[in-house]
Amino acid sequence: MKTLVIAEHDNSTLKAATLNAVAAAQAMGGEVDILVAGANCGAVANAAAQVPGVTKVLCADNPAYEHQLAENVSLLIAELGASYDNLLAASTANGKNIMPRAAALLDVGQISDILSVEGADTFKRPIYAGNVIATVQSADPKKVITVRTTAFDAVAAEGGSATIEACASVHDAGVSRFIREEVAKSDRPELTSASVVISGGRGMQNGDNFSLLEGIADKLNAAIGASRAAVDAGFVPNDYQVGQTGKIVAPDLYIAVGISGAIQHLAGMKDSKVIVAINKDEDAPIFQVADYGLVADLFEALPELEAAI
Amino acid sequence: MKALVAVKRVVDYNVKVRAKADGSDVDLNNVKMAINPFCEIAVEEAVRLKEAGTVSEIIAVSVGESSCQEQIRTALALGADRGIHVEVEGKPEPLSIAKLLKGVIEKESPDLVIMGKQSIDGDNNQTGQMLGALTGMGQGTFASEIKIADGAIEVIREVDGGLQTVALTLPAIITTDLRLNEPRYASLPNIMKAKKKPLDTYTPEDLSVAVTSHVTQISVAPPPERAAGIKVEDVAQLVDKLKNEAKVIS
Repeated sequence: MKTLVIAEHDNSTLKAATLNAVAAAQAMGGEVDILVAGANCGAVANAAAQVPGVTKVLCADNPAYEHQLAENVSLLIAELGASYDNLLAASTANGKNIMPRAAALLDVGQISDILSVEGADTFKRPIYAGNVIATVQSADPKKVITVRTTAFDAVAAEGGSATIEACASVHDAGVSRFIREEVAKSDRPELTSASVVISGGRGMQNGDNFSLLEGIADKLNAAIGASRAAVDAGFVPNDYQVGQTGKIVAPDLYIAVGISGAIQHLAGMKDSKVIVAINKDEDAPIFQVADYGLVADLFEALPELEAAI
Repeated sequence: MKALVAVKRVVDYNVKVRAKADGSDVDLNNVKMAINPFCEIAVEEAVRLKEAGTVSEIIAVSVGESSCQEQIRTALALGADRGIHVEVEGKPEPLSIAKLLKGVIEKESPDLVIMGKQSIDGDNNQTGQMLGALTGMGQGTFASEIKIADGAIEVIREVDGGLQTVALTLPAIITTDLRLNEPRYASLPNIMKAKKKPLDTYTPEDLSVAVTSHVTQISVAPPPERAAGIKVEDVAQLVDKLKNEAKVIS
């Protein structure tokens, strides 16, 4: 059995999500290769070659792949897919964008967001916003899969020595063009890889009050997140959103502030190791999943917390 | 410009869905059904484009059992001009739905296809991208803003850590994210008017599509329960617990 893992990267660094996807690939057994599709992405290929247990890194270095446009990269994956049994990517914005397109080109289904590998063709995945876990079996000869990164412990980033092979295939579908990217600049860790996350909900009342979370986040080296209610209310941008339709996080410590605990939010954070909830409504559902609940007015509790840590 | 909007009938987002005791499937007896929230955003976007004079006709299409005509009527009440129902029994998978939508596209030749990024039942997030592959159209997934000018569309996409803007040649496929718009409510007169709007029905045979199954659901189960912890008295006790009991801060 051979599995190709599609690397998550920005042409200069290999993103940690790739290491979770490799873990899922190894759980399936057999040989694991990594595809790095980008432009001037040699450094990423070198990093991918260091991942232990990887046999070969395919480096498709071409301007057509610079921004990893789904229309182009899916054609490449579908071509390379001929020699693999499984095609895997992390369930990131990129993975979600590209993989179903590759699956349809190969005329196979996709299994999205797997939580575990139960057998060569059997997987667990969340449905209905994580309220139900389904065990599903693929009938396809070739499996296209996206991996929920929080469900698989990352493999080591170093220690391996895979061969790097240049892949000269160029696919430019000619229907899409990258214009620009506005990536929020922040000194804080990324939401999905931070070991501490502090999130605000509708109880924060407005976007300015999110500054109350910043001091605490600074002290704990935490990422700042938000509930969908806070995003819908316009307090913070959508990329803060933790939940089924936002980001799935599983940090060592998750602090939910002014968040009631709607199902769809819980789906995005309930695998955190320790959950703290601060809410003035003692009946808020968030307390049902919190290890430590504090019934308090957040506008009093947050400054106190910042001072105490 | 003609816009095709795909809508799906799903369990209302307020319903907490549970697995049946025997684990065979989820329990959907007597639960409220509704239009998928992301599809509702897709309909709203098409209606706004029509109000702005960019789009001249909106066709709402749904793939599923006859009951999904209710959701087509909802889309018609929100402002779509006519409906197409592709009648399929059971739960067709994303790849089959994409093939059926491609069949509808071949009949209707829309300039723009707008659909939700995912449905809140299967949570697959696949159909739009698959339709892109099958038709060769560009895809603007997870869209938070779109602008149409000179035969092209600019799409601002929600990506990890920020926003990405891409330009696609038309026809193109857009999948909606939450911030694209806030859907309106259908007014009573519009709900009445929607009943008189045309609604055609196709079978998969009409579209020359074989509906196939690629993934079988073997069983379902509730997620692992997380036990509730304790309530702390104050911030001082909270910090003490985090330091000395949970040992997650130092």
